[in-house]
Amino acid sequence: MIIEIGHYALVLALATSLLVSVLPMIGARRGDTGMMQVATTGSLMLFGLVVIAFAVLTWAYVVSDFSVMNVWENSHSLMPLIYKYSGVWGNHEGSMMLWLLILTLFSAMVAAFGRNLPETLKANVLAVQSWIATAFLIFILFTSNPFTRLNPAPAEGQDLNPVLQDLGLAVHPPLLYLGYVGFSVCFSFAIAALIEGRIDAAWARWVRPWALAAWCFLTVGIAMGSYWAYYELGWGGWWFWDPVENASFMPWLAGTALLHSALVMEKREALKIWTVLLAIMTFSLSLLGTFLVRSGVLTSVHAFATDPTRGIFILCILAFFIGGAFILFAWRAPMLKSGGLFAPISREGSLVLNNLILTVACATVLTGTLYPLALETLTGEKISVGAPFFDMTFGLLMLPLLVAVPFGPMLAWKRGDLLGALQRLYVFAAISLAAGLVFWYIHNGGPVLAIFALALGFWGMLGAVADLWNRAQFGKQKTSVAFRRLVGLPRSAFGTALAHFGLGVTVLGIFSASLYGTEAVVDLKPGATVSTGGYELTFTGMKDGAGPNYTEQRGIFTVRRGGNVIGEISSSKRLFTARRQATTESGIRTYGLSQLYVSLGDATNGGGMVVRVWWKPFITCIWGGALVMMFGGFVSLSDRRLRVGAPSRKAKPVKPAKPTRPQMEPAE
Amino acid sequence: MKTRLALLLALLVAFLAPLPALAVNPDEILKDPALEQRAREISSQLRCMVCQNQSIDDSNADLARDLRILVRDRLTRGDSDSQVVDYIVSRYGEFVLLKPRFSLHTLLLWGMPAVLLIFGIIALIVFIRTRPSTRAVAVLTSDEQARIDKLLKP
Repeated sequence: MIIEIGHYALVLALATSLLVSVLPMIGARRGDTGMMQVATTGSLMLFGLVVIAFAVLTWAYVVSDFSVMNVWENSHSLMPLIYKYSGVWGNHEGSMMLWLLILTLFSAMVAAFGRNLPETLKANVLAVQSWIATAFLIFILFTSNPFTRLNPAPAEGQDLNPVLQDLGLAVHPPLLYLGYVGFSVCFSFAIAALIEGRIDAAWARWVRPWALAAWCFLTVGIAMGSYWAYYELGWGGWWFWDPVENASFMPWLAGTALLHSALVMEKREALKIWTVLLAIMTFSLSLLGTFLVRSGVLTSVHAFATDPTRGIFILCILAFFIGGAFILFAWRAPMLKSGGLFAPISREGSLVLNNLILTVACATVLTGTLYPLALETLTGEKISVGAPFFDMTFGLLMLPLLVAVPFGPMLAWKRGDLLGALQRLYVFAAISLAAGLVFWYIHNGGPVLAIFALALGFWGMLGAVADLWNRAQFGKQKTSVAFRRLVGLPRSAFGTALAHFGLGVTVLGIFSASLYGTEAVVDLKPGATVSTGGYELTFTGMKDGAGPNYTEQRGIFTVRRGGNVIGEISSSKRLFTARRQATTESGIRTYGLSQLYVSLGDATNGGGMVVRVWWKPFITCIWGGALVMMFGGFVSLSDRRLRVGAPSRKAKPVKPAKPTRPQMEPAE
Repeated sequence: MKTRLALLLALLVAFLAPLPALAVNPDEILKDPALEQRAREISSQLRCMVCQNQSIDDSNADLARDLRILVRDRLTRGDSDSQVVDYIVSRYGEFVLLKPRFSLHTLLLWGMPAVLLIFGIIALIVFIRTRPSTRAVAVLTSDEQARIDKLLKP
């Protein structure tokens, strides 16, 4: 009965969503306030209905109701409670529900907090949001219904995929989806602006907080996914350029570009058309990311369900939203008038460079991901595009960007002074280079290019420090005055500096771990020792154990450094009983910012075990940097300007440039 | 060679157990560290064809293992890196390369970043050239100048 309530709520949600898709838009056209208000109440109601449906599905998982097919396929009564909760979205149907839940949550937030948005804009934005919700609801109800029943109900479930029985599943998809779906708001704002035919700095101010929030979630979501893959898959890699990783990385690249171009638009009213285009592209890539893996055209470790009927449906949804958005863009964008002027060397100019490189990088990743597919379809020839390709092309593109990042904030709006920026930065550049040299020397050298690679990481960090240093005018003012100035800086300044600092931290982690990581692959008998990265690991022996739904063999290692025992690492291999599937639980210990990583292989003939040990210096910087970036984003989000200042009545859009065109007339 | 084969067979039996093995196994590693290093570098560029987007260096599939051993075998016989790769490609096709070779078919793939970058830069230059720059705006007509002068006069 309860299951049917959930199912019914989902059907009602579709009906509501259809209404909100149509009525507010007609209202906005006719200037009918009553019809426009359907958007607000409808969006809130839609959210409520989806919450009910989602709660019911969660309930089915928690009580292990195996009469629901989805629960039977992906759960087991012995599974720990937390995985029963996170298992809800550990499958195709459930993850679509989570997507929908977050989408409607964002709509509800726009409805609830967007009181000071112009009436027509709000109505149009919420209507576009509802189009997306409608498409998803139809998709869920007709091809991926999580409430399908089984009769008779099986006694026991088939268990969740063991790889997914991890805290990572509880954290990674919700964060990632908050990011993906957050960009839907930017998309809806862009479409609404194109429909209304006007756009201004106030629009950018409304959009930026959403873009920023989505970007923060996406950043940390990708980082968490990377860390999860790192410790779960057991071969020590943290980024594989897998199609699905690329699918989440592309919206991040486009979203980062969007964040920067919206800044130009907000401050200077320039780059309007480009910003709208980026908003559309970012969400289009999010949709592509959500669907590419489900359509069955790409195979990957992430692929949930590959069912051809779903594939067709998915391609239709993609074609409708992406194609439709671009057609609307092509038709309407030329009517948007561009604003502020700027010289090539200026803050705007530097942000344009940022956008150029990020979009080209994004396009490169997109090409690399889809090229094998396209080539095989067109010529039948099979090729692979993997990590070595992406490392090379993407890496080459990122180099100039990383060098340029510290310069951006140093340049003034409208017209900047590159020489002045150089003068302010050369000391920091010298320190970065020195830091790279010291790092290189401590880690016993290596190729000379490594110095520059490491210095690039320090450059990112110190460039951010230089930004704050310069804004507070240390060195120009008395130190006490400079301190007071520093404290008085707007939060967005700290946000920018933190995010750029985090980027530097990540870059340092990447270079350090890949240049100075060491590994040892040995056949180890109990009592024997292996050493790598200055640590000695003594294999104590294997222990058998059992968890709630698995049995495990645990290898225990004593860690010594310089002869002294400093700890113990255990790494295990688990066998999940329901699916007869094995996983490796790598043993990881963090020393400072570096990690020792142990992974177990097979037992060998002589009574030993194959053991793989890695020393990964400063590897935690990779994810730590992403956390700093996210933190910077949230600090920026808490800036007064974005909280209260911008969406005030005063910021109401100015008249469109040429009000004579009939279709451009605002409806009110 | 024979003992090695026996060991290989024993390991293959061990592989039938449901537990996953690691990628490179200790018995595969070559004695000469320089040669082993080369083998690792070549392996990381070759695709495990039965896996999803993994190099043979990362994969624990049997086929990947065979390829790793093949690479090492060719290296110990004195092949150069490119000879080894050519040999593997001749047997398994271009699909095995994770970094596709530059050819007519991959022209677009390799050219895309450069073309887009150049296109972007050209578009930017055109954009900047066709727009009046900030400098060009501030020219006053002589009439305006005269009026300002008049106003500024005490």
